Order: sequence, then structure tokens, then C-alpha cells
Amino acid sequence: MSNIIYNQFDREVHPPYLAPEYKSTILRAPTKPLVILKQSLSELTGPVFGDFNLGEFDHDLTKNSIKNGEPLGERIVVHGKVMNENGQPIPNTLIEIWQANSCGRYVHKVDQHDAPLDPNFLGAGRCMTDKDGNYKFYTIKPGAYPWGNHYNAWRPNHIHFSLFGANITNRLVTQMYFPGDPLLQHDPIFLGVPPKGRELLISKFDLDATEPNFALGYRFDFVLRGHNATPFEKL
Amino acid sequence: MKQTPSQTVGPYFAYGLTPEQYLYDFKQLVGNQMVSPIEHSEAITITGKVFDGNGDVIPDAMIEIWQNDGENQLFGRFGTGTDAQNRFIFSTIKPKSIDGQAPYLSVIVFMRGQLIHSYTRIYFSDEAQLNAADEVLNAIPVDRKNTLIAEKQGNNLYEFNINMQGENETVFFEV
Repeated sequence: MSNIIYNQFDREVHPPYLAPEYKSTILRAPTKPLVILKQSLSELTGPVFGDFNLGEFDHDLTKNSIKNGEPLGERIVVHGKVMNENGQPIPNTLIEIWQANSCGRYVHKVDQHDAPLDPNFLGAGRCMTDKDGNYKFYTIKPGAYPWGNHYNAWRPNHIHFSLFGANITNRLVTQMYFPGDPLLQHDPIFLGVPPKGRELLISKFDLDATEPNFALGYRFDFVLRGHNATPFEKL
Repeated sequence: MKQTPSQTVGPYFAYGLTPEQYLYDFKQLVGNQMVSPIEHSEAITITGKVFDGNGDVIPDAMIEIWQNDGENQLFGRFGTGTDAQNRFIFSTIKPKSIDGQAPYLSVIVFMRGQLIHSYTRIYFSDEAQLNAADEVLNAIPVDRKNTLIAEKQGNNLYEFNINMQGENETVFFEV
């Protein structure tokens, strides 16, 4: 039996539970030390979504919710590769995304921000990585929006991502940001990440992925937790 | 290569991750019926609430459950925003014991206010013997062990509450 040990979260780049500037963490962050768990079968496996039939336009948020026209805003292509820390691509893994529309309004019923909804834009999508770990979404660049964390608090433009990877230790939910956003330096959610990790959350403008007369390209790669070198056989 | 850092799931995950549960017009890949209770007479139901440090119930958490006992691999996902009491509710089958370990479910907890998700486990109160001998449970301080054990409430019904903080703070794992 192979004996792979998956790496733990790299706390040099991952945010802590408690980040007091982000006020909601104060009552929701566990306070006691985590108990180290010896990984067993359920940690070394995870859900496989190969059987799901994704909809034709699930990866294309500019089309997957059209009611009576095109969604408004700047069309973008967001693409990249999902890998583990060892640099190995992770094929056939599910990626789910959700985001605000171009005006900074979420479809979510709880979002009360006074900006218009777009009848032709839901803001949710998903795809599977291909055999080389690559993914691609078409969407509309999300707008910034205000939130109640502190006076005049605005979230930078971002897209939420959810990934699975090889097993449940690889699970990742994160947010992709855009280069040059002046709100990043004021955002306690982004700044909750240690300085070493922050650049890793900012996508890169990608002229090669930009589609002429159609959409600007951004590249965002994901690195999920890896494992200790080569698997070895138990004696 | 450096791991991609985690960020919070935020308050607005529902139409992306649990759309049908929250009545959005988008097909849902995963729900809370890990098995159909109609097809499986042995199905169990697990319900619970997630509490913050003030003891208030959290209405915008998302819970995922993964189980693999070598025989069945089951996955479920449910948000705490649609039940009138803000409970999560899952239907599944009880996992089998592997190599003498107490049976358990792996749980991942996401919410606004968590920049990185939390891992915990659900064990079962009617497995007292296996629980007492279990290596993982026995590595946990005695007074915290109960935070990982779902209480049997009736025939095939279990309750498992998650406390983010406080006296009964749930044990969370570094996996």
C-alpha cells in the first residue's frame, strides 16, 4: 500500500482564523489549537465529479443566464492551471465560481447594495479542468461593492473560486483579484493573508489569452497542497 | 511552488454552491441527500446548528460532509440559511468501521468570517465501545471528546452541533 502523506496548510501564505480587522472573524474563529490528525482513508480521498453532466454554458457566465440580451459589462476570459505544490497538474477536478455583476451587485437575496441587478447575469459557473489541469471561464468583470465591516469599506473586484483537488485535504475556497486594484491595500479580507501570500491571489493580465474584439484575458493558476516526494511501499 | 492562499466563502455563496437549496435558477451538483432516504431504509438523518462565540446560531455557514469507509464514498453539501431554525440537515448511511476505528464522517465548515475553512469529524453516540477504543478520539482531551459525538435522538436521527468558540468549542483538526 502506498503511504503518501499530504502536506499541511502552509501557514506562511494562508490566513489565520482570527484577523480582527475583518470583524466577522472575532466570534467565528476557533480559539483552541487544532488537533493534528493522522490522515486516514477519508482524508486521502475525496469526491469525484466525473459523472456530472455540466451544462453547455456552465463555464460561460456571459451566456448561462441570458433572458433577453447580453449581460452588461466588460467581458473577460479567466484561465489557468490547477497544480499541486509538486507542480503536477490536477486533471478532471471541479472548479465552481461565483461573483458580483459589473455593477458590484450579487444576485444573492441577502445582498442589499443599491446597485442594479442584471437580468442576463447570474454570476455563477463551473467547469472541470482538462487532462493537463487547465481551466477556462468566460465572464463579466465584477464590480467593487460596499460592505459593512467599517466606515466606507469596499471590497476590491474579485471572483470567488471553489476547488476540490485530489482529496479533502486539498479543498480550497478562495478569491481571485485583479492587478492594480487600489482597493486591495484597504481590504481586510485580502490583507488577512500574510504578506508572502498576497501576490498569489492577484491574477495577471494576459494578452495572449485576450480574444480580439471580444474579451480581455486574465491568468490565474492554483496551487493545491502537495505530498511528500514519491510514494513508497510499506514494508 | 507556494500554495494558493485561502479566502472566505463570504456571505453570498448560495447561488454558486447550493443554488437549488436556496431556490436560484441554476442546477445544483451536490445536495444534502447523500443517499435517498426512500431507497435506503437504513438511511440516517443528521441535523445540527453552528454557533458563534456569543452562542448565536450562524445562518450563513456551509457544511460539507465526505465519507469513505472503503465501501461507500458519499459527499454532501448544505447551507444553514434555508431551514427555519438555521439547521444543516443531511441524509446518509452510517459508515462502517475500518480496522477497528470508530465510524465517522469528515466535515468541512465554511462561513463568512472564516478566512480558511475548518475540518472536524462526526462520531456516533451509539458506538460507545468503538469510540472508547478509538485512536483519534483518545488523542483528544477527555473534556472535549463529546464535541465530536453526534447524539442519537431517535430512530436513525442524530444531532451534531458545531460551536466555533466557547466552553464547548468543537475540536477542529489540522488535517
